[in-house]
Amino acid sequence: MFWLRQTLAIMLLNLRTIPARLSSSFVAIVGIAGVVVVFVSVLSIASGFSAAMQGSGSRGRALVMRSGADSELTSGLSGAEVDIVRQAPGLARDGQVGLASAELYVIIDLPKKSSPGSSANVPMRGIEPTGMTVRPEVSIVDGRMFRFGTNEVIAGRGANGQFVNLAVGDVVVSGQNRWEVVGLFASKGGVSETEVWCDARTLQGAYRRGNSYQSLLAQLESPDTFDTFRDWLTANPQLNVSIRRENEYYAGQSQTLTRLIQTVGVAIAGLMGIGAVFGAILTMYTAVATRSREIATLRALGFDTSSVVVSVLVESMALGAIGGIIGGGAAYLGFNGYQTSTINFQTFSQVAFAFRVTPDLLGLGLFYALAIGAIGGLLPALRAARLPIPSALREL
Amino acid sequence: MKFLPLVWKNIWRRKFRTTFTLLSIFIAFLLFGILMTVRNSFALGVEIAGLDRLVLINKVSLIMPLPLSYQARLQAMSGVEMVTHNTWFNGIYQDPANFFANIAVDPQPYMTLYPEFKLPPEQMKAWLDDRQGAIVGRDLADRFGWKVGDRVPLQGTIYRPKTGDVWEFNVSGIYDAADGIDKTQFFFRYDYLEENRTLGVGDVGWYIVKIADGSKAVEMSRAFDAMFENSSAETKTTTEKGFVESFATQIGDIGSIMIAVSSVVLVMFGLVAASTMAQSVRERTAELAVLKTLGFTGPVILVLVLAESLFIACLGGGLGLGLAWIIAKQGDPTGGLLAVFTLPSRDLWLGAGLMLGMGLLAGVMPAVAAMQLKITDALRRN
Repeated sequence: MFWLRQTLAIMLLNLRTIPARLSSSFVAIVGIAGVVVVFVSVLSIASGFSAAMQGSGSRGRALVMRSGADSELTSGLSGAEVDIVRQAPGLARDGQVGLASAELYVIIDLPKKSSPGSSANVPMRGIEPTGMTVRPEVSIVDGRMFRFGTNEVIAGRGANGQFVNLAVGDVVVSGQNRWEVVGLFASKGGVSETEVWCDARTLQGAYRRGNSYQSLLAQLESPDTFDTFRDWLTANPQLNVSIRRENEYYAGQSQTLTRLIQTVGVAIAGLMGIGAVFGAILTMYTAVATRSREIATLRALGFDTSSVVVSVLVESMALGAIGGIIGGGAAYLGFNGYQTSTINFQTFSQVAFAFRVTPDLLGLGLFYALAIGAIGGLLPALRAARLPIPSALREL
Repeated sequence: MKFLPLVWKNIWRRKFRTTFTLLSIFIAFLLFGILMTVRNSFALGVEIAGLDRLVLINKVSLIMPLPLSYQARLQAMSGVEMVTHNTWFNGIYQDPANFFANIAVDPQPYMTLYPEFKLPPEQMKAWLDDRQGAIVGRDLADRFGWKVGDRVPLQGTIYRPKTGDVWEFNVSGIYDAADGIDKTQFFFRYDYLEENRTLGVGDVGWYIVKIADGSKAVEMSRAFDAMFENSSAETKTTTEKGFVESFATQIGDIGSIMIAVSSVVLVMFGLVAASTMAQSVRERTAELAVLKTLGFTGPVILVLVLAESLFIACLGGGLGLGLAWIIAKQGDPTGGLLAVFTLPSRDLWLGAGLMLGMGLLAGVMPAVAAMQLKITDALRRN
């Protein structure tokens, strides 16, 4: 109890005098804040990207592609194959009609708003009327749905944000085709918001695909009928297809990039953290050096060594906390919701997403800041404890 | 020069502090070097792409094919030195995570068009003699431990072979190239693909045209695109540099993110250096006054203090940048995700400039203060 009172007394003394040592404390705070800004903002890229990808698929839907294809882009299904798939058990039905949408997935070149001089690979999806039924999360937010059998298209909200010429009323000229944008759609921030949708049959004609498709999105009766559906299709000798749950397909696609960003982010933040520890050491070392007389006096008065150590550590961690809060706040204000897009190499097409500074990331950032403060304070704290009292008192 | 020992003593008067200042500047420039390397690898080595090579892609999108018949028409145009074509194969080696570029090419013209890829003549001959032959980049061969003569199966994601499930290749050769050039690619013969694929026969991915006069790139591009206008496969022609650049912008603003992070890092550590420098000069006010009393002029004092901060910045920064350079020399740490991984000399110079700047900025305030110090005030302060 007595020890606690002692420690508390020195701690308060230290904390209250921080403003007096503002310039040297400032160094530690800025350093730690810088680390936290970088740490949180880089990881928020990864978290935004994987949120977009993971919010895209449903467990209750299955994606059918040619076996061996690693994405819809490289897949191909003939009209006959598609008809067989529609017969499969486990598929949800509306009356006699299987709830499945056979789709085409191609890429058109459109300039990015951020660099109008060069074009980006924007994915274009041809859907069947059931394509809207099997995706209840999709809603039209501006204009109207396209009419099947025409060259009208609707664009995802994210695509309109990132690429030119995709607002309602615009006409997209691609090769010899003219696509009229009649609506914008949202799908809860998922990947499809980066896509442009049109009628699959129109797209077949425009891209000379005959009666072939690339993938088929099937609504399952329930998530549990997936195995029935898959086993029936894989056992059918007329088909050579692979079947994946839609959410697993998208999760698999996000892995490479998410891992790359996380690795880079953690490596950079790790190295910066080491640098910030040095900054904190310097600051606390200065703090201890300028107060060596006070510290020696306290110890001469009978204050315990350990309470001196703890007080220095607490001061250092307090600086860490201030830096962490400033850094986290700056990252949140500067980057949360920041819209951008990148290329997903597996589908060779653009994905628009928003940076996401989640509470978890902020907590992690603050924890990191406290750790930097604690490690940075350790050496100077021990130094304060070992200060020889007589010579420290004699100093100056 | 004769004051060097004095500067040296001053630098090390507080070993603990100097050591940590050096270390933090070291870390700052190590990070700077690494970030610039990453930035460079995401720019896909744009600097080295040829200006006299034009790339023709399908106007709709790169994924749409062009007919093989265009080759003869391009070849017939005046001002065209050489034409060849590439086809993206997108094959998978064992696991999708093992991604690398695998491209079907016409060996002889391709290697002539790209003299930067160095292949021993006997390996080139072996490649020409073997339909299933393929050449692989040095980095790629190292990554999977491939040797000349190895058999490599690739799973075709776009093209399925007429017989069997996988495409089999023999490693005919391993090409090398200078630093900063992609050595992670896998090139195999187009005739092998053409004979064995079940769809897309008669198509190629894109054309590469070498023109006689690099300064006519714009006119030639227009002429090519005009020639194929209103056909079933219209083209879009750009210089190879423009092609790679537009691909790099598709990845997004990695470059500016890296620059932003580097700036935060340098400002942050510059501040540390500046504050330690200021403090170390403040501590020595009395000593500086004594020096002045002994007849040291203001400018000499200024130089002494600046030399100190410059020394610390350049030593720490030089070591950091050096280590970054050594790390970049070791090659891509992600095992193949980044095709080019070098620290360009341009960025080394930039780093050296930043070190000098940091040393000067950190030292200038305390140095000027020291220069203007009034002896009487300074000596009275204690």
